[in-house]
Amino acid sequence: MEIVSWLWNIQSGATLGVIWGIMGLGLYLTYRVLNYADLTVDGSLTLGGAISAVYVAAGVQPIVAILLATFGGMMAGLVTGLLHTKLRIPDLLAGILTQFALYTVNLRIMGKANFGLLNQTTIFSQLKDLGIPSKWVGLIVGLVFVVILIILVYCFFGTEIGCALRATGNNPDMVKAMGGNTKVYIMLGLIVGNGLVAMSGGMLAQYQGYADINMGVGTIVIGLASIMIGEVLFSKRTYFHRLAGVIIGSVVYRIIIAIVLRISMNSNFIVKITADDMKLITAIIVIIALVAPDMKDRFLSKFAKEGK
Amino acid sequence: MLEISHVYKSFNIGTPVQKDALMDVNLKLNEGDFVTIIGGNGAGKSTMLNAVAGVFEVEKGKITIDGTDVTKFPEYKRAKYIGRVFQDPLRGTAGDMWIEENLAMALRRGKTRSFVWGISNKEREQFVELLKHLDLGLEDRLDSKVGLLSGGQRQALTLLMATIKKPQLLLLDEHTAALDPKTAKKVLEITQRVVEEHNLTTLMVTHNMKDAIKYGNRLIMMHNGTIIYDVSGEEKKNLHVSDLLAKFEQVSGGEFANDRMMLAN
Ligand SMILES: Nc1ncnc2c1ncn2[C@@H]1O[C@H](COP(=O)(O)OP(=O)(O)O)[C@@H](O)[C@H]1O
Ligand SMILES: [Mg+2]
Repeated sequence: MEIVSWLWNIQSGATLGVIWGIMGLGLYLTYRVLNYADLTVDGSLTLGGAISAVYVAAGVQPIVAILLATFGGMMAGLVTGLLHTKLRIPDLLAGILTQFALYTVNLRIMGKANFGLLNQTTIFSQLKDLGIPSKWVGLIVGLVFVVILIILVYCFFGTEIGCALRATGNNPDMVKAMGGNTKVYIMLGLIVGNGLVAMSGGMLAQYQGYADINMGVGTIVIGLASIMIGEVLFSKRTYFHRLAGVIIGSVVYRIIIAIVLRISMNSNFIVKITADDMKLITAIIVIIALVAPDMKDRFLSKFAKEGK
Repeated sequence: MLEISHVYKSFNIGTPVQKDALMDVNLKLNEGDFVTIIGGNGAGKSTMLNAVAGVFEVEKGKITIDGTDVTKFPEYKRAKYIGRVFQDPLRGTAGDMWIEENLAMALRRGKTRSFVWGISNKEREQFVELLKHLDLGLEDRLDSKVGLLSGGQRQALTLLMATIKKPQLLLLDEHTAALDPKTAKKVLEITQRVVEEHNLTTLMVTHNMKDAIKYGNRLIMMHNGTIIYDVSGEEKKNLHVSDLLAKFEQVSGGEFANDRMMLAN
């Protein structure tokens, strides 16, 4: 059944989208809310995967392994935050330095470049054992996490501290004038953001059954693609919409990839598109999304001029 | 109240473009003083206000507010004592956030922020009352983004934010300069009312000499980083624009006589 097999392709794309979507939430916090281009994320996603894999292999409860991964990511965010706020290293460079250092840390944690979890107990295998169909556990676990996280992040945005954090990304001068220490809020945003990214990496390692030193390469670009697709498809009315939009963007992104790969698999193109080619395609998606609003403005203003 | 003693501040120290923006500034305010500040472009008016607000540290000198030495305090710590409105209407508010969120931030100025959720209905009622008082039609727009407001509405809102929690000191740096004359007048009137209502100790920079004479109980003039003229009481009330112009010419050798900014109404 061709159709059914297509649907399964799409479903597994959606599953990856939901799990990676947690990373998208973290990046949304730093990139959109805090207005901080944080390149730590490539390293903290892998860090999450490494910690999760190593602890699972050591027999720790899988959910605890994911929480430990999250904590590791928070520490990575703290390091970037300290580099930026205390040592005054520019935001991009602070993230790059942490990311670079994390490569060593991640290798040390895993002891090798690829850490397999063959036949280990993961959060997914545990649910399978409870009788949930194996094809659905990924999506179910992912969605449960995502729903809880969106509610938590939403509530956080509504607190005094969350409000000050949002204002820091919007107008730091105003926050200082109102007695807020913007450095603290930047740090907090980086900690929470990277915690979410590492949580995503931690789940991913358990889902795919391994952690790899390169699993985080391009995380920032993938995250941006998800955020931007979400913004195109979904209204920005409330933070619920925006956060859900990130997940939807991530899911759509993964489904697009699943479909492209599927088509190329069945067709007779001279060049077969592989998963590695998706990096170029993703970069193009982000470039289009970045310049599209500007192009639209230019087009409209040109149109208006000619109309006169 | 506020005491500035022997304050010095230079920019780009040790470079060919070094600028000594404040040179031995001394000023002592009494509780409830409403001081207007005038002076040519680059006289150091903004730098003096920024020094008080803690935007940077000064090289030398001491600044105390209400007896507390704040000279070494970072900006956000001094905010506990100070309400501020800037020249740029975009600078005092978070444009992507709602009116009520901006006001809620202001209500917590100088307070430690916590994970307490949301804005209480009581606070909302307070916001509506205060906004009604502004008479700009903002009272039923609590959940409008501030970015949608006009420059005048934004400045009035910033003024409200600066004073919603009574500050020991209010700093206004040409806060009506970016507005059209009619709106500027309205914002100035609101300023006057708020300052009087709460008996706020205020420093107001203005480029308009008439306003400098009309408002406040004391007037100071700055030139080349120092205060060169300081009048209050009856003497200030009886000032005329021509007196101020004469003073300018005297200190600057005539260069300000044609400064259109100074003559603007
Ligand atoms: N951040 C800065 N960097 C360099 N020079 C500055 C800075 N801020 C102010 N200045 C200089 O200090 C002098 C005083 O400026 P300012 O206080 O803004 O004058 P004004 O009286 O017009 O408000 C000016 O010559 C200005 O160019
Ligand atoms: Mg100025």
